[in-house]
Amino acid sequence: MVTASDRCGVLPHADFQRLLNVLTEKGYRVVGPVVRDGSVMWETVERTADLPIGWRDQQEPGRYRLEQSGDDRIFGVVHGPQSLKPFSFTPREALLTIERSKNSFASVPTLPKSEKVAILGARACDVAGLAMQDRIFLRDAYADPYYQARRNSMFVVAVNCTRALTTCFCASMGTGPGATSGFDLALTELETVFLIEAGSSEGNDILSALAIDPSSPAQIDEAEANISSCAMNQTRRLNTAELPGALYEAHEHSHWDDVAGRCLACANCTMVCPTCFCHTVEETPDLTGQRTEHARLWDSCFTQDHGYIHGKNIRPTIKDRYRMWLTHKLASWIDQFGASGCVGCGRCITWCPVGIDLTEELSALLKPSIRTQQKPGQV
Amino acid sequence: MTPISQAIAQTVSNPYLIQPATIVEKIREADDIATYRLQFVDEQVRRSYRFSAGQFNMVYLFGVGEVAISIVSDPDKPDSLDHTIRAVGRVTRAIAGLKIGDLLGIRGPFGQGWPLADIRGKDIVVVTGGLGCAPVVGAIEYIFQRRSDFGAVRILHGVKTPHDLLYHERFETWRQHPDTKVYLTSDRADKSWQYHVGVVTELFHEVRIDPARTAVLMCGPEIMMRLGAPILIDRGIPATSIYVSLERHMECGIGLCGHCQMGPFFLCKDGPVMRYDRVAWLLGSEGV
Amino acid sequence: MAESDQPGHREEAHTNRARPRLGVFRFASCDGCQLSILNLEDDLLALGQALDIAYFPEASSGMKPGPYDIVLVEGSITTPEDAARILALREQAATLITIGACATAGGIQALRNWADVESFKRAVYPSPQYIQSLGTSTPISAHVQVDFELWGCPIDKGQLLRVITDLLAGVRPRLFADSVCIECKRRGNVCVMVASGVPCLGPVTRTGCGAICPSMGRDCYGCFGPTEGARTGPGLPPNTASLANRFHQGLRLIPIEVVRRFRGINGAVESFKQESEAWERKT
Repeated sequence: MVTASDRCGVLPHADFQRLLNVLTEKGYRVVGPVVRDGSVMWETVERTADLPIGWRDQQEPGRYRLEQSGDDRIFGVVHGPQSLKPFSFTPREALLTIERSKNSFASVPTLPKSEKVAILGARACDVAGLAMQDRIFLRDAYADPYYQARRNSMFVVAVNCTRALTTCFCASMGTGPGATSGFDLALTELETVFLIEAGSSEGNDILSALAIDPSSPAQIDEAEANISSCAMNQTRRLNTAELPGALYEAHEHSHWDDVAGRCLACANCTMVCPTCFCHTVEETPDLTGQRTEHARLWDSCFTQDHGYIHGKNIRPTIKDRYRMWLTHKLASWIDQFGASGCVGCGRCITWCPVGIDLTEELSALLKPSIRTQQKPGQV
Repeated sequence: MTPISQAIAQTVSNPYLIQPATIVEKIREADDIATYRLQFVDEQVRRSYRFSAGQFNMVYLFGVGEVAISIVSDPDKPDSLDHTIRAVGRVTRAIAGLKIGDLLGIRGPFGQGWPLADIRGKDIVVVTGGLGCAPVVGAIEYIFQRRSDFGAVRILHGVKTPHDLLYHERFETWRQHPDTKVYLTSDRADKSWQYHVGVVTELFHEVRIDPARTAVLMCGPEIMMRLGAPILIDRGIPATSIYVSLERHMECGIGLCGHCQMGPFFLCKDGPVMRYDRVAWLLGSEGV
Repeated sequence: MAESDQPGHREEAHTNRARPRLGVFRFASCDGCQLSILNLEDDLLALGQALDIAYFPEASSGMKPGPYDIVLVEGSITTPEDAARILALREQAATLITIGACATAGGIQALRNWADVESFKRAVYPSPQYIQSLGTSTPISAHVQVDFELWGCPIDKGQLLRVITDLLAGVRPRLFADSVCIECKRRGNVCVMVASGVPCLGPVTRTGCGAICPSMGRDCYGCFGPTEGARTGPGLPPNTASLANRFHQGLRLIPIEVVRRFRGINGAVESFKQESEAWERKT
């Protein structure tokens, strides 16, 4: 949460442009939420007016709407379909170009050019998702150099949440609504000012360059109170108490058939998830046969190819695939990476075209299976 | 952004780089199966490359893609790398058309092989089925290179039909080592078949086992391991002395692409060789 | 395929032996997919060097007889004459590829499968007795074995080029059967169904188009056909029933509108057909 320290200052709403200017002067391209096609997407932001001032989002299962908020808040919109994931783990990343030579070939890495980018408006759940992606892509001997190159050039400006969507459940996942680490700067939008906290030395540099007034204890209290009430207002929660074991044990649960009847296996949940990391490799040769590109693409456990193994598919049905996704996300993820794969952002609920809600599915799966309740011979 | 470990940033090498390798020999094993002996084009790579038995390489065909293939050669001779490949998928069918002198790519080695140092001094029972025996071939060669370091060796290999028997010569050679027995069986037999008829688990009765000093290496169809391991446990072999080599779709080889998951494990990184007691609960589980 | 199995030795292979022969044939269709081939522009020239374009009336007057190494078939079978012609063509084709929704699934003209074609004839033609027409429009695969199917109305020219490139290299083409949504999200689009409430078929439609329609802010109408093929089975994608329910209950489409969503360009494909017929019973 917000810490009272010399790394904390206040920036009046009217002066917000100064933050953009300082970031630009320090060599960052600033990216923030911009209203587009009925939602907000990450786009380059030059002026404060580019941000979704006066808008807010209403999200529910399978439905997203923007509406006028009636106030002039800059960050009234909680989030759009994408977290920070596309910045570090891009939807398509060229890995190598491979060129034939006389009796051989040579593979040349196509590492991304480093471009300093400041992302303005990341939510606590997004920051938590990024931390999880770091754990996945940078954890051991095989740290991914492409992810790393992009990640190192990111400057994260988090915005603590003071309004909960009906789909939010970060409080139950312990990831929000206030960001506690993993950011360079964290803002809390108060009535007339932004409280700004630095979370890194780079963040501190920006804060110094802004030359703003220190925050008062009352302002910090107000920010704390707003974040707390946001947590209290969250109506959804994920019951993590018995995970991962309970989901492993629910492998034969009758409810998987129920959710499989609704699931489209369209993969939208995995595409919007801040932590989902599955990818496939695509090879694109040119017509001469002398040069080829080796690239990775976002993939999903909902695709046919994901479970392919020499001539057969080990997960042919939608039930197999949904079970794979949920069991991985909420159970085996904990064994793999030491924490849940869910950060409580609620995107998979909102952006599911048929509104499947993982919190409800988990609740149903934690109840006794209809099948196991039946006595032998009963129908 | 500082929170990322700067230490990692300095030392990352690129795990996606592909090293070209020439096919120096192509041994036909069956209609749709061949063993490709590969040699790195780059001499320095040839000298420095090391692997352990049971590990795999990502084998690459220019312009087509990669496929995970276990290394079947002797880990003591890393300058010649053997891969037995069945033409079944998009990449492997295209590889089937290659000939000596043609080029493949190699990325690897990846994964955890057989724990050969840990089982030194033990009796070894090898249980394999079909082409699934490939991952254990290197381990058998390793053991015979150090024959006196191990106790009795019993190799049990099952095929569906006599036609499916690969590495026939190898089995006959292995049989000649001291205190070594090779048992072959086929689910269905014809007149030419001079060995046992039936599934591989039936061979367990033929083998005398000292459970306390036996280690089992299994690979082949998952059902063989699921049904076979409990029988061996009933014979008194601890589950912790049984090792299985498992298979899933693999694209990256480094635990990042997500395809090779089996429960909490990434088989490309945590496996493909796993101790049976860690994975027993997952074998035969639908959709896992 | 007659060409080299070794992708890397492609050039040598082409100079050492005759180039593979390509034939492009039209059945009941609008020519749009053949136009996609012409729209390859520069790549078409490269293709012309790698292949002997032996039969392609849309592009050239030189029409050489078979056999052909690769035959591209556009259009569906709607006449007795075409039903016989496709059988003969199959004999001449080493590899037969259908291009587009008509050849692959029967096309928009398969709407006749739910109608009385005789009454159409009487309404349109002064002398309907001279019109030889079948009562149905059927895909090529209903008549002969098809090696590869390219979906779309029209096809994606990049996909066609890649399939031919792969075949020239002796490699089986990789055709993804995933949903349009995956491509749509990779492109960074906002979901039109969730954010605008339009009945998008993307979740049950096969990728390959590059998510063109949602990228322009409109709903996918399924021109690449169902995900994971035409066949359906219990619990397998595409889950058209769940999407149709959402159209009806969530987006307030009345049953006849749901019927129309599924009974379009690929309306005759089994999974879409079953769905439209199920909702027709509710109208």
